[in-house]
Amino acid sequence: MGTTASQLGKDSLSEYQELTFLTKQEILLAHKRFTELQNRDERNHPNATRVPMEKILTLPELKSNPFRKRICHVFSTSEAKDGSLTFEDFLDLLSAFSDSATLEIKSHYAFRIFDFDDDGTLDCGDLEKLVNCLTGETDDTRLTSDEMRQLISNILEESDIDKDGTVNLSEFQHVISRSPDFVSSFKIVL
Amino acid sequence: MSKTERSNSSVYITGTNRAILSVFLVSFSSGLALQEGTATANCDHHRPWHTMGASVLTFVKRSLTMKTLQKADQVRTLSDFSKNQHSMPRDSESTNSSEGSKEPFNRKLKSSSQGTKCSAATRRVLSSHSTGSHSSAGMSMRVRRTPALQQPQTSSRDSVHTPNIDGIILPELKEISTEGLACIERNKEELASDLRGLSVSEGMRKLRAMPLSLVDKMEIRRRCFSPSAVNSLNRNFPCFNLPLVYISRMWRHFTFNALPFLSTLKLWHSSMKKLSGRYGTGVLSYFLFLRTLLFINLLLFIITCLFLVIPQAIHPPPTDPRLNSVTAIELLTGTGYLSQSLMFYSYYSNVTIETNQMSSHIAVTHMVPYCIPTAYFLTITISFFIMCIILVYSMSKSFGKSFQVLKSNRNLSENVFCSWDFKVSKKPSIRLQHEKISTQLKEQLSELTSREEEMSLMQRLRNLIVHVLAWVTCLASILLSAVGVYFISKHTVSSEFKNLDLLFKSAVVSGFNLLLPGIFNLCSWFEKHSSPSTRVYVSIFRNLLLKISLIGVLCYHWLEKIAVKQDRQVLECWENFVGQELYRLLLMDFIFTVLYTFLGEFIWRLFSKKVLKKNRKPVFDIARNVLELIYGQTLTWLGVRFSPLLPAVQIAKLFVLFYMKKCSLKLNCQASKKPWRATQMTTLFITLLWFPSFLGAAVSVMYTVWMITPSSGCGPFRNLTSMFESGKLWAERMKDSHKILSWLIQAYNTVIDNPLFLFLPTCVFLLVVYFHAQIVDGQRKIIRRLEKQIENEVKDKRFLITQLQHWNEENEPGSTQR
Repeated sequence: MGTTASQLGKDSLSEYQELTFLTKQEILLAHKRFTELQNRDERNHPNATRVPMEKILTLPELKSNPFRKRICHVFSTSEAKDGSLTFEDFLDLLSAFSDSATLEIKSHYAFRIFDFDDDGTLDCGDLEKLVNCLTGETDDTRLTSDEMRQLISNILEESDIDKDGTVNLSEFQHVISRSPDFVSSFKIVL
Repeated sequence: MSKTERSNSSVYITGTNRAILSVFLVSFSSGLALQEGTATANCDHHRPWHTMGASVLTFVKRSLTMKTLQKADQVRTLSDFSKNQHSMPRDSESTNSSEGSKEPFNRKLKSSSQGTKCSAATRRVLSSHSTGSHSSAGMSMRVRRTPALQQPQTSSRDSVHTPNIDGIILPELKEISTEGLACIERNKEELASDLRGLSVSEGMRKLRAMPLSLVDKMEIRRRCFSPSAVNSLNRNFPCFNLPLVYISRMWRHFTFNALPFLSTLKLWHSSMKKLSGRYGTGVLSYFLFLRTLLFINLLLFIITCLFLVIPQAIHPPPTDPRLNSVTAIELLTGTGYLSQSLMFYSYYSNVTIETNQMSSHIAVTHMVPYCIPTAYFLTITISFFIMCIILVYSMSKSFGKSFQVLKSNRNLSENVFCSWDFKVSKKPSIRLQHEKISTQLKEQLSELTSREEEMSLMQRLRNLIVHVLAWVTCLASILLSAVGVYFISKHTVSSEFKNLDLLFKSAVVSGFNLLLPGIFNLCSWFEKHSSPSTRVYVSIFRNLLLKISLIGVLCYHWLEKIAVKQDRQVLECWENFVGQELYRLLLMDFIFTVLYTFLGEFIWRLFSKKVLKKNRKPVFDIARNVLELIYGQTLTWLGVRFSPLLPAVQIAKLFVLFYMKKCSLKLNCQASKKPWRATQMTTLFITLLWFPSFLGAAVSVMYTVWMITPSSGCGPFRNLTSMFESGKLWAERMKDSHKILSWLIQAYNTVIDNPLFLFLPTCVFLLVVYFHAQIVDGQRKIIRRLEKQIENEVKDKRFLITQLQHWNEENEPGSTQR
């Protein structure tokens, strides 16, 4: 336990702790799990190297999550848009999903995760993909196209305030604020 | 918004008014009772109403304040949104256009009934700027707002909110890439200058709450706070502070190295994480409730231990030498050796312990008198008071979280956006979650389409008959069990005390507690309820009624029959008897739970596999288990006054229960397929812990403290008319010796004893509660109006944009711009 602490310097630990919603223990645990994902030679410089998306998706907390690829894409800062994460991206991910993150941060990132085409709004295609992710792949849980159409039109009727056919960030946050369970369900703990 | 939502909210509004009116009536009636009490000489028996009224009002007030603040935030975001709609065309003109613009998406507009069809680009213009200029999201958007460039940026994330405009006249720009980079730099500099104005901690907190990447945040931090904050660890301290510096550095070093071990101290953290990964938030809330109860009991135990048990243990009174051996059956019944131990009331002496302390080098004797009766009385009352405050606080916090101002039951968008539980990580549980969400969505959709379908008269009549039959069965079974317990209690007192007879009564009570909820479940299986949450509420209510009636019958028997003179000849120490009864009830409850968990669920699983041929394991019934916990806690609270070590028994029981339930979950149960609204259910459970459980126990205990004469043969209050009298005597004694305490006692007599001084703050509280409720009401109306306003402004914007396009085309017919 002590060796990982010495690899992550005290200064950077306190800086990370100030800028994210994680506690120091959580940052150390994240460091440990992240270095386990890296190759042996990369382990000395966790900040400089990126871990490819396939390795991140082997984490048990993300392995079966239907939104795992979107999560990697949203938090990745790589230029190649391949979903690879540095250690700091990984901390961003854990911070947004942590216990103490504010509702605003969570709803912001939830919006970006659900925005499958990255255009800044949730339109019908995004909503359809979202519902398919929620209901799963099997035939008996999937909604028929009639039901899907009706569902999407009901969602837009309820949450689209400016009636432009899409749900933007403010409208999304307005819907989220009515649900008290969102904060406790939008959590991933290592 | 749809009509159903509006009608729902209006129903809710009148419901709120009704609630406020009822609160007003309750407190008004209690105020009247107070006034009546002052007319009579002895107003002591109205005292419990003071605390109840005050606590109800504080909790309602606090929760409504919290909700008002949240509502104010919502209103602010909506008004920012509508304000921004005004400033949209100006902003869009100042942004740069892009070279490699994205393909316009060819999707039909769902709301084409609203008006003209506009291009995808115009749609993006209309919907892109969605945050106010002063919120943190707005600040972060300014940083990230870049045109969609060919060259990628190194540190900022991809431009998500770029308004990609086609149809508006924009200045042609040649050097887009450098402009883009300069734009990012400008935005970051703006953000840094905004933050520089605040103090370091404020700025840090704001920076943390911004949805930017960590790399961006570190850069901005370096810009704003570079001189002081970066070198916070290496500050030069003045010389005289040096020892403090060393101590603080050593402490920081110690905590830094000990961090990995501190995480293991948080109780059951990893177990709960595994449970939530497999079973979801609903089952997790049961275990969180168990942990909360454990901490409450720990606090109670520490208080009684410190002030009552340890001083008495140091100076043990003389005991009967006959009862010095312990047998196993006596451990269960609490008689014999245990009745003469610290466990029960009779052990505590009614003397003032005076210790002579002689220090060896200073020949002075210190007299430290410790009056056990006063300590007993004050410990019990103060610990109940502390429990009261803790419960009201947690209840109001939980109520504030779950209070829904704009409530509508069939809210599809909320279900779609918020129902995925990210904590669940095991594959079979994820499959179950898929099924759960799919079933829920399909049910809601079918409800929407078939809303007008009415049941025929025959069906409605049949439903009514089934409901009535079910209720009659349940109520009859509750009544029978209560009468049965009453007769058994009467029988047990009059006969001689054989050990098994004593256990029989507790076993019967626990047996009823176990069997009857099964009967209730069976009845509700036949009934058809309008929604799954109604079914849960009905089953909780029936269970609660059963437990209240059982405890009520027992309390009645103890308070009316045992404590009063008639049956007193049989018992020389009634407090001991009641304490032992509660101890036995608690233990029997635990034993029956163990038997049920291991044998019952195991047998049920075999039965359903072999006989019913279903491969499905039974579902963990959260409501029933939580009510069991509340029942055990009520017994503990009732028993603290008679048996100060009972919280320790409860702590041990809860500890073992955690591991047992975890084990049985893994072996026998599976996650539920029905949706479980965790936050509202948690609020309901804490409210149930407060209202029938704690208040009932507190009122009964206070009644015994004030009204009932303690037994004259044993215990610390041997020769007094009531426990309260010992407090009065102590006050008299203190008045002479300590001046400050006499002032305090006088203040108590004028302020707390005088009902008028409590009636006035109650009225003020009520007024504040009423004002808050009206504010929430008003804000609801404002939200509706703002939504309408936003809709109208988008229509205006669309009109203006089409006009601009039209004029463009007219003025420059040869241009390629569309």
